[in-house]
Amino acid sequence: MAAVSRAWLLSDAPASRAQARWGRRYQLWLAFRRNPLAVAGLAVVLAMLALALAAPLLATHDPGVQSLANRLAPPSSEHWLGTDELGRDSWSRLLYGGRVTLGMVVAVVILVAPLGLIVGCVAGYAGGIVDKLLMRVTDVFLAFPRLILALAFVAAMKPGIESAVIAIALTAWPPYARLARAETLTIRNTDYVAAVQMTGASPWRIICRHVAPMCLPSLTVRVTLDMSSIILTAAGLGFLGLGAQPPIPEWGTMIASARRFILEQWWVPVIPGIAIFTASLAFNLLGDGLRDVLDPKQR
Amino acid sequence: MTEAPPSEAPLVEIRKLRVDFPNPAGFTQAVRGISFSLGREKLGIVGESGSGKSVTGRALMRLLPGSARVQAEALRFDGIDVLAASERQMRALRGGRIGLIMQDPKYSLNPVMTVGRQIAEAWLAHNKGGRKEAREAALSLLEQVRIRDPLRVLDSYPHEISGGMGQRVMIAMMLAPNPDMLIADEPTSALDASVQAEILKLIEELVSARGMGLMLISHDLPLVSRFCDRVVVMYAGQVMEELPARDLHRARHAYTRGLLDCMPSLSAPRPRLPTLTRDPAWLEPQR
Amino acid sequence: MIEVERLNVHFGHNQVVHDVSFHVAPGETFGLVGESGSGKSTVLRTIAGLVPGWDGGLAVDGKALGPKRDRAFFKSVQMVFQDPYGSLHPRQTVDRILAEPLAVHGIADAESRITRALEEVALPRVARFRYPHQLSGGQRQRVAIARALIADPSVLLLDEPTSALDVSVQAEVLNLLADLRQARQLTCILVSHNLAVIGHLCGRLAVMQGGRIVEILRQEQLRDGTAQHAHTRELIALSHELEG
Repeated sequence: MAAVSRAWLLSDAPASRAQARWGRRYQLWLAFRRNPLAVAGLAVVLAMLALALAAPLLATHDPGVQSLANRLAPPSSEHWLGTDELGRDSWSRLLYGGRVTLGMVVAVVILVAPLGLIVGCVAGYAGGIVDKLLMRVTDVFLAFPRLILALAFVAAMKPGIESAVIAIALTAWPPYARLARAETLTIRNTDYVAAVQMTGASPWRIICRHVAPMCLPSLTVRVTLDMSSIILTAAGLGFLGLGAQPPIPEWGTMIASARRFILEQWWVPVIPGIAIFTASLAFNLLGDGLRDVLDPKQR
Repeated sequence: MTEAPPSEAPLVEIRKLRVDFPNPAGFTQAVRGISFSLGREKLGIVGESGSGKSVTGRALMRLLPGSARVQAEALRFDGIDVLAASERQMRALRGGRIGLIMQDPKYSLNPVMTVGRQIAEAWLAHNKGGRKEAREAALSLLEQVRIRDPLRVLDSYPHEISGGMGQRVMIAMMLAPNPDMLIADEPTSALDASVQAEILKLIEELVSARGMGLMLISHDLPLVSRFCDRVVVMYAGQVMEELPARDLHRARHAYTRGLLDCMPSLSAPRPRLPTLTRDPAWLEPQR
Repeated sequence: MIEVERLNVHFGHNQVVHDVSFHVAPGETFGLVGESGSGKSTVLRTIAGLVPGWDGGLAVDGKALGPKRDRAFFKSVQMVFQDPYGSLHPRQTVDRILAEPLAVHGIADAESRITRALEEVALPRVARFRYPHQLSGGQRQRVAIARALIADPSVLLLDEPTSALDVSVQAEVLNLLADLRQARQLTCILVSHNLAVIGHLCGRLAVMQGGRIVEILRQEQLRDGTAQHAHTRELIALSHELEG
């Protein structure tokens, strides 16, 4: 393979499939890079993921070890972000909490995005009865307020991270299905899909290889913009005691258990709050930047 | 070089106009130093896609995206320096003193407003008067563009009328403020051949009757030459040849000749069409 | 080769094609000409199997066509669309676009076929891994033609293949189509609003108006003044007028 250089990537006469593909990605990256806020969002997201992954290396204390003599301590050289109501180190709990919270977000996205994409594309491409059926199911889920439905699901199952993830996923997929269906309806009538139909390809092949890839960009943008609301729903469930169970550190649960101290020892609930806020903001900025780059309609 | 009649100053004066668009590697030159002037006459600008003909029209109305780099020794409309004019002055020019007719009326008419209201709005923007007078004016304009049943069309929505009718409505809208000049950018490319000729004839007659200037931008050389006084042939951002429309068959430039020659003909069929050989010398800076 | 017998096409309650019949012999190029809304493209798309809701008789190569077409049909009948900007998938390279029909029909020697197809339509080698937006209009239409021909069809349906192109490029594409038609013994139906283009490529043509065929005539009749129907005469007069 030729050396990967700028010239190789920007060549307007690529010599192989790989070069063409990477060239296109590089062009997207160049366009993305022109938006400093989006780059900042991406950097923060990557940094948070890295911190969460490296939690065992970076944590100064065991997040579960209590020290009742040293509860609600302000930040110090011993405890960088202070301690909580049971004397556990806030910094370490924040790192491990990131694993749980961000892990939940990733799990929800992995469940939701493909489901919404497939349901939407199939409904949009098939039309008729299939479309009506799938969309009515979607409508049923859309009709409930998100948090209420999630609450009902978790209450029916036993509270915990897995139930929270499934509950959020169940409430999060309908908008993606709607979005993918709307995109598919326009793509279905284009000449390039007609041309693929003329090759004799099966509907399934057309959906997977030609229609779904065209829906991906707008779906990616939507998912990124939704990340913050997934974090907030997860935190909300945690806050209500229906998400992660103590003593597992999770940002929403951390705020919930520390809310009594907001006036005297304000840093205890505020620190996980800042983490949630930063993550949400970073995902939003990233989503905005991705939309500018990926969504052809915006250009 | 173009010489305007010495008695009157030209309506449009373009000297050494250059337009560049940024691309990842630097700049793409869309227009490379073109010069011509236009009086109260009918000028056709003809070229293939990418020749810079539309960009030229848009540069004159300052309608290019902000990233475009526009330079010129002179770019004047009726003595107003378009490059230096304030946004306020430009607004008075656009849709006021210069009307722009675009390719597809489907996209240039507002789909949720009746035709009558759209024309009335255009009239109100540049004339003083009440709703009633505006409606009267709209009706009279529709009559001027020879719509057979103007009262019915007045209250129709754009999707209820045909493409040719839509283009007539566009023309009526552009005439509402009594402009000095019309820029028609491929005004008939989306229409059937039979309607094409009618629309161009209408534009030509209205322009002559009102003593306006017309800049007709098109890819169709024979069509344009039938309705214009002069034709400017553009290729790759430069003017290849400028000649009186009636002398088109005596065109000297190889590009113009090639364009005329490569069209299939009903009256003189040939087994194979001659193709245009693009001479690299055409890309060199022209005198 | 192609038989169309009393074809009617409905869009909902709207009948857009009325009682259209014509036959195309093997190796012949048949033209369909008319103004927008005359139903000429609809007839072509119905033959291609892209329009549901028709009745009447359709047969290609002696085999009657039903509402669903099988893979063998799509191997022998291919289509080139009007808009070269819309008919190529915007996120696929030329290579991928050309490989798709081969993959669907299970044709093995993709590598050499793609190289040959590009040569056949006179596209440079460097175009192979480009995306459609990196190509000119004429080059895109060449890709579309290459895609249509890569699985060796016997029938080519052409829907206004040059009306979105500049005249100089139109001449190149028309020449290319004439060459390929001869080299591969293709049977073609060409739809266009441009009578001169139809007259250039087609031996026989049908003039359509308001969803009906008003007249079927031979190419020579366009010039010798024996066209019968008023609409045909109108189109011929208009075409002569525009030639100046």
